[in-house]
Amino acid sequence: MQPGSVYAIKEGKDAVEQHTLSILVDNEPGVLARVIGLFSGRGYNIESLTVSETEHQKHRSRITIVTTGSAQVIDQIKAQLGRLVPVHRVIDLTVDGKAIERELMLIKVRGSGDHRSEALRLAEAFRARVIDATTESFVFELTGKTDKLDQFIVLMQPLGLVEVSRTGIAAIARGPEAT
Amino acid sequence: MTRQMTGAEMVVQALIDQGVEHLFGYPGGAVLPIYDEIFQQDKLEHILVRHEQAAGHAAEGYARSTGKVGVALVTSGPGATNMVTPLTDALMDSIPMVCITGQVATHLIGSDAFQEADTVGITRPCTKHNWLVKDVNDLARILHEAFYVARSGRPGPVVVDIPKDVQFATGTYEGPARVAHKTYHPQTKGDDRAIRAAVEMIAKAKRPIFYTGGGVINSGPEATRLLREFVRETGFPITSTLMGLGAYPASDRQWLGMLGMHGTFEANNAMHDCDVMIAVGARFDDRITGRLDAFSPGSKKIHIDIDPSSINKNVRVDIGIIGDVGSVLGEMLTAWRAGKHAPEQAALKTWWGEIERWRGRRSLGYRQSGQTIMPQYAIEQLYKKTLGRDVYITTEVGQHQMWAAQYFGFEEPNRWMTSGGLGTMGYGLPAALGVQVAHRDALVVDIAGDASILMNMQELSTAIQHELPVKAFILNNQYMGMVRQWQQLLHGNRLSHSYTDALPDFVKLAEAYGAVGIRAEKVSDLDGAIDEMISVKRPVLFDCRVANLANCFPMIPSGKAHNEMLLSEDATDEAIATAIDEEGKALV
Repeated sequence: MQPGSVYAIKEGKDAVEQHTLSILVDNEPGVLARVIGLFSGRGYNIESLTVSETEHQKHRSRITIVTTGSAQVIDQIKAQLGRLVPVHRVIDLTVDGKAIERELMLIKVRGSGDHRSEALRLAEAFRARVIDATTESFVFELTGKTDKLDQFIVLMQPLGLVEVSRTGIAAIARGPEAT
Repeated sequence: MTRQMTGAEMVVQALIDQGVEHLFGYPGGAVLPIYDEIFQQDKLEHILVRHEQAAGHAAEGYARSTGKVGVALVTSGPGATNMVTPLTDALMDSIPMVCITGQVATHLIGSDAFQEADTVGITRPCTKHNWLVKDVNDLARILHEAFYVARSGRPGPVVVDIPKDVQFATGTYEGPARVAHKTYHPQTKGDDRAIRAAVEMIAKAKRPIFYTGGGVINSGPEATRLLREFVRETGFPITSTLMGLGAYPASDRQWLGMLGMHGTFEANNAMHDCDVMIAVGARFDDRITGRLDAFSPGSKKIHIDIDPSSINKNVRVDIGIIGDVGSVLGEMLTAWRAGKHAPEQAALKTWWGEIERWRGRRSLGYRQSGQTIMPQYAIEQLYKKTLGRDVYITTEVGQHQMWAAQYFGFEEPNRWMTSGGLGTMGYGLPAALGVQVAHRDALVVDIAGDASILMNMQELSTAIQHELPVKAFILNNQYMGMVRQWQQLLHGNRLSHSYTDALPDFVKLAEAYGAVGIRAEKVSDLDGAIDEMISVKRPVLFDCRVANLANCFPMIPSGKAHNEMLLSEDATDEAIATAIDEEGKALV
C-alpha cells in the first residue's frame, strides 16, 4: 500500500517487483532534485540512478532509475513522475519488453605477488581493462550487467580491493524504434 | 508584441496581460523594483497584508471564489519562507496560485546574503512547479508559463523567484500568445471506451452513489451544471467531500450531505453499501475512506480525475477515466442519452428506502435547550439569517469548520472556501479578505474558532486599510475544540494545552483595530446580533459564546469503517473513551 496514508493496509501482501524506468526530461536546473525529491518525499526506493544530457540541441536528459515496489506502487511512481512539469515521458523498460541494461565500474586493487597476478588474470576473464597501473596497484574498468560487476567485486575482495566507483544502470530498449 | 523593458516592468506587464486585477503582497528589499513599478500604474490593485502567509491565503480565497489564478508577491528570505504554508495548502487543495518572490542578486546567491533563502529548494515539494529566473530575457516567458501551469490540468501553486538584479536589468518582453509549453500538456478529454464502459456500469447499478469532490468546482461552472443534470436524470443519491460542497445544492432531495469522518450517517452508510460508486473529481483522501480495507467493500468503482496519479492511489478502482471533469461528464451524459439508458427504477426505489431509513436517524441532531448557545445552532441561525443573500463562507480549521460544513447549506459552487487537505488554522480570515476583494458587495463570513482566528488576527488591520467588510463569526468555546475532542477520544480526557487561558476580549480587540465587535452570550441575543453583523458595512469580530464542551458528531473514529460511526446520541463518556482501538490511536 501507499506509504503516507494513515489508513494503509498492512504491508507485505503484494509481491515486490523491480522496475527500470527511463525518464526523458528537459535539462533545466533542479530537474534531478525534483525527481529525487519525489522519491524521498513519498517514500519510494531508488536502487540505482543515472543521469546525463542525451540530446544537447534539445536540452534533454535521460534519467534511468531502478526502483522496487508492489505493482500498485510502481504504477503510482510512474504517474507521479509523469505529472512533473519538466518530464516529457516516462518509459517502463521492464514492462515494455526486454531492455538492455549496462553499468560501468572503476575498481582499484592493491597487492603484490600472487594476488597481483591473480587479479590481472580474473580481470582478463571478465574482460576488464587496465586503465591505470602502478607497481603495486591496478585500476580496472569493467562494463556489464549489475550482477557481473557485483561478482567481480567479490572476487577482488581477498586480492586487495581498495575502492569502487560505479555509474549505476544505463538502459535502453531493444529493436529499431525509439522509446 | 515584443519590446524592451526592465524585469520589474515585465512583472507588472505580464500580470496585466494575464488578466490579473488584484494581487496580495508585502514589500521588502528584494522586491522593491517591482513595488516601484506597481506604484507607477493603476491597472493592478495591490492589497497590503500584515504577514506574508496571509497574502497566500488571500490569493487562495480569491482564486477559489472566482475560478481565476490568485497572485501573491513577497520578498526574499522570510517573505518566501512565510509563504510555505499557503503554498502547501494550495497544493493539497488544488488551488491555482502564482507566487512571485524576490531573491538576492544573482552574484550573491549561495553566499548566505542578507535575507537569502533557497526559495526554489524550499518550495520545490510544496509547489506544482517553480522557477529561479537568472536571465531577464527568460522572465516574460517564465511568467506566462507560470500562469499556464498554475491553471492547467490539476491546478496548483507555482513560484517564480526573481533576483533583484534581474528586476533591474533590461530585456525583451513577449506577450502570452507567443508561449507554448514544451512538456506540460495534461490530458483533458476522457477515453471513449472507458466512458462507454462506465455508462453501461451506471445503467446496471442497483445501489449507486455519486461521490464528488473539489475537482468539480475546479473544473468550472459547466462541470457543476453537467453534474446536476446527470444526477437528476439518473435519480441517484449524491454525497460530496468537504472540498466539493456547493457543486450540488444542499436543499435537494437527492443530496445526502457530506461524507467522511464527520459526514452524515446516510452518506457514509450509502458509500459502504453501494454497488456502483461514481467518484468525480475526488481523491479518496483518508478523511473520506476511513479504514481502507473496509471501504465500500462490495462496490464497483468509477473514478474521474484529471490527475493520473489520483487513480488507484489509495483505492483500486474498476474504471479510471483521466480527464477534465466537465469534459468527461459531458461525454458521459451524451452517451447516457444516446444509449437511451434508464436507471433500474425498482432497485433504485429499494435503495432510496434504505437511505431514507438511515436519514431517519437524523445524525446531525443536537439538543438546544436553555440560554447556552449550541455551536450547531449558531451556524444554523447564521445560515437562516443569510439565506437569499450573496454570501461566501470561509473557515478556519477545527470543530467550527466541520459544523459549518454540516449545518450551512451550500447551493452554489465557489461559495465555500476552507483548508481541506492541509488543515491550516489561520486560513479563514485572510481567505475571506481575498474573497471580499473579488466580490466587493457580497457578504463574506469567516466561520472561525477562538484559537484559529488568533493565528492570523493581524489581518483585521488589512481589512480596515482596504475597506473590506469581512465578518469573523467566532464560535468561542475557549478550547481548541477538535484537539480536545481527540484528547477525550485518545488520551483519557487529559486536556493537555487545549484550553486557552488568556483569550483576548474580542470586542475590545475589534475596536482596537478600528473594526466592530459584537458579542452574543445567550440564545435570545443571537438573532439580533447576527442581524447587526450583517447590517454593519465594516469588518466585524463576532464573539459567539457557545457551549464549551460540545463535540463534533457524527464521527468515524480513527481506524474504523463507514458503517461504524459514532453518533452523538451514543457518545457517552465511556463510548468516547473506547471508540478508538490501539491500532487506530497511531492514526492521525
